[in-house]
Amino acid sequence: MAYAEQAETEALHEPKSFLTKYIWSQDHKVIAIQYSLTALFVGVIAVVLSGLMRIQLGFPGTLEFMDASAYYQAMTMHGMIMVIYLLTALFLGGFGNYLIPLMVGARDMVFPYVNMLSFWFYLLAVVVLLSSFFVPGGPTGSGWTLYPPQSISQGTPGVEWGIVLMLVSLAIFIVAATMGGLNYVTTVLQARTHGMTLFRMPLSVWGIFMASIMALLAFPALFVSAVMMLFDKLLGTSFFMPAMISLGQQIDHQGGSPILFQHLFWFFGHPEVYIVALPAFGLVSDLISTHARKNIFGYRMMVWAIIAIGVLSFVVWAHHMYVSGMNPYFGFFFAVTTLIIAVPTALKVYNWVLTLWRGDIHLTVPMLFALAFIVTFLVGGLTGLFLGNVIVDIPLSDTYFVVAHFHMVMGVAPVLVVFGGIYHWFPKVTGRMLNDTLGKLHFWITFLGTYAIFFPMHYLGFQGMPRRYYVYENYAFIPQSAQELNAFITVIALIVGVSQLLFLFNLAWSAFKGKPAGSNPWGAASLEWQTPNTPPIHGNWGAKLPVVHRWAYDYSVPGIEQDFVPQTVSAEELEQMRQLSAGTKIADVKT
Amino acid sequence: MASHPLAPGESSSSNPPDSPPEPGWQGIASDWASDREVFKQVPWGKAMMWIFLLSDTFIFTCFLTGYMSVRMTITTAWPNPSEVFALTIAGKEIPLILIAIMTFVLISSSGTMAMAVNFAYRRDRAKTAALMLATAALGVAFVGMQAFEWTKLIAEGVRPWGNPMGAAQFGASFFMITGFHGLHVSIGALYLSIVALKVMRGDYERSGNYQNVEIAGLYWHFVDLVWVFIFAFFYLW
Repeated sequence: MAYAEQAETEALHEPKSFLTKYIWSQDHKVIAIQYSLTALFVGVIAVVLSGLMRIQLGFPGTLEFMDASAYYQAMTMHGMIMVIYLLTALFLGGFGNYLIPLMVGARDMVFPYVNMLSFWFYLLAVVVLLSSFFVPGGPTGSGWTLYPPQSISQGTPGVEWGIVLMLVSLAIFIVAATMGGLNYVTTVLQARTHGMTLFRMPLSVWGIFMASIMALLAFPALFVSAVMMLFDKLLGTSFFMPAMISLGQQIDHQGGSPILFQHLFWFFGHPEVYIVALPAFGLVSDLISTHARKNIFGYRMMVWAIIAIGVLSFVVWAHHMYVSGMNPYFGFFFAVTTLIIAVPTALKVYNWVLTLWRGDIHLTVPMLFALAFIVTFLVGGLTGLFLGNVIVDIPLSDTYFVVAHFHMVMGVAPVLVVFGGIYHWFPKVTGRMLNDTLGKLHFWITFLGTYAIFFPMHYLGFQGMPRRYYVYENYAFIPQSAQELNAFITVIALIVGVSQLLFLFNLAWSAFKGKPAGSNPWGAASLEWQTPNTPPIHGNWGAKLPVVHRWAYDYSVPGIEQDFVPQTVSAEELEQMRQLSAGTKIADVKT
Repeated sequence: MASHPLAPGESSSSNPPDSPPEPGWQGIASDWASDREVFKQVPWGKAMMWIFLLSDTFIFTCFLTGYMSVRMTITTAWPNPSEVFALTIAGKEIPLILIAIMTFVLISSSGTMAMAVNFAYRRDRAKTAALMLATAALGVAFVGMQAFEWTKLIAEGVRPWGNPMGAAQFGASFFMITGFHGLHVSIGALYLSIVALKVMRGDYERSGNYQNVEIAGLYWHFVDLVWVFIFAFFYLW
């Protein structure tokens, strides 16, 4: 049974009770909100952890419980939560779930039940992860990369339970991400509405679609390494554990390869960077086009760049491993691929700038975040060129330069898009606008604050300040001025961290008391703004699916009064609009 | 379709349906990108199964490359699979005999599965269900022989953390890879039995669509194919 019958005739499971409508919901919109709220919740925990770490670094000894173990545990959990449980879950499970069916004109994901399971597995993964705070020994403190042998050797914090719970939680998360990803990919490929060709899809869908494919192909490597490390830890196998002396004792393992773990981890880990970045690229393209009232520059090139980045990201992984002792010829290969991947990425940045060029730029809150993203991503991307070269990377590796680089490029930049996206689509989700003043305040504190935090870190890195030290006092090679800078960074970080409460308050307040938004407050052309109801009801489109006649970027089309043409407007309707506009102009002249 | 102002870069994907197809790569790209479906007339479940199998391929590939890289880098000797997996039958030691039988059984089960799909599209419910159950039974037989093999090795002292024949990673890789594959076969046998039950009950007769038999078949052939690679890389190397 092909699409036509399946989409039009298949009965939707209309939810009956409160439980099936809001808790065990199979509606992609409810699942998206569940995903987003859960992700934001763990995100708050990760922000608090980073605050604790910064207090320790800026003012060592202030927090009595913050010893070396607690610091490493906080650092590990901060990194893992931010990368996996916040950004990946929010972009794919949150934005992906909400936007894909609405943007391609489907009634729901193709398999709503599997979609629901995806969320509940994600929640289970979060619960397992957070439970490691309460077990003997606490969560693992091996760093978010979990490198063996250290991560499962005696002396590492959380070696008793924390590492096991972390690996199990990751495995559960991968099951969740697979169930979600299968849905997103199949929906985009097979369940688009009439007239919705692939090259009429908004770039948001392209970004999320490509990221979902990458997730399906990259997460297996993490899954396998998690299974193998669990065996090493629980069954005493030696996949990753070499023979070594730990705490004066010869350990029971021998013959394993720690480098194998690094290869498996980064075969997942580098695509993971783009799993987070590609949805951000897509969403930001739509924000810029809508709020600059101009069609996206070079749409097809933008699509091909997304595909090229997705493919190339699978052959750059070992640039994380230049100092691991692998064969130097590998370094040559991976440096070359790393620099090649900068080409499609730079293409996207140029196209965003050219979209802005002579556009009618509305400095709304989502647009501010989108503009901030371009700048931040550019800065982070340029330092990536430094680190992609073996000879520059070796002195800089494991310094604060690296910390600054990845926080700029895959920490701050995607988070800015998350904020921009939430400010942009919140009116569709709730029917109300977020408060503008609070939003602008939140934006300026976050944007300027993150620069004040991460810019000095580049300098600290050049000074040779290593990362992953829990205190920087009394090292001859670190000057005293570095400590003053650390204190400065900490103060700003705390301000930025606390200012996120503005955003959370804005979300909660505006959801109930915000200004009513109407169905299309930004005057956007893409399909999700053309739903018959706002917020969209179950089934999204009422009795008949929409018919799409054009791409998602018809802004400021000459000859008509309205400065955007929705995707649902046909050629005949456009002609009518044109004549109507001409008519009013003649009328204007007469009066 | 009347001509209307197209946005830049929109020409080829919105061609009127009666226009001649574009040649070469352009044509392939616009075929794929065309209206509503990339894979024409392919149901959602089938597309999803293919994508899942692609993802699962990566899991098995990572397991096998992980195992191979460990095997290449260790310094201790790797046990000889021909000797470890030999059975003594009627006083003669025959190398890999059990594995050969297992492989034969699993590949035969792909044959019965293919026949089941054929009969399903002819709407021959009894034969479809019987062949699917036969496939599941062959799968169970495969897992049973695997259990026998595990028992024999465990009795000989092979453990995940060590074995008397040589490198400790031999047992670790063996139990991990065959265990993960055996899990796939077991789930597959269960999955096939459920679909067979539904065929017998006439569920698909009412909806008039037997795609689910074929989708289950895709999974089964995949599990079979993976075994061929495990056989080659683990037992024959």
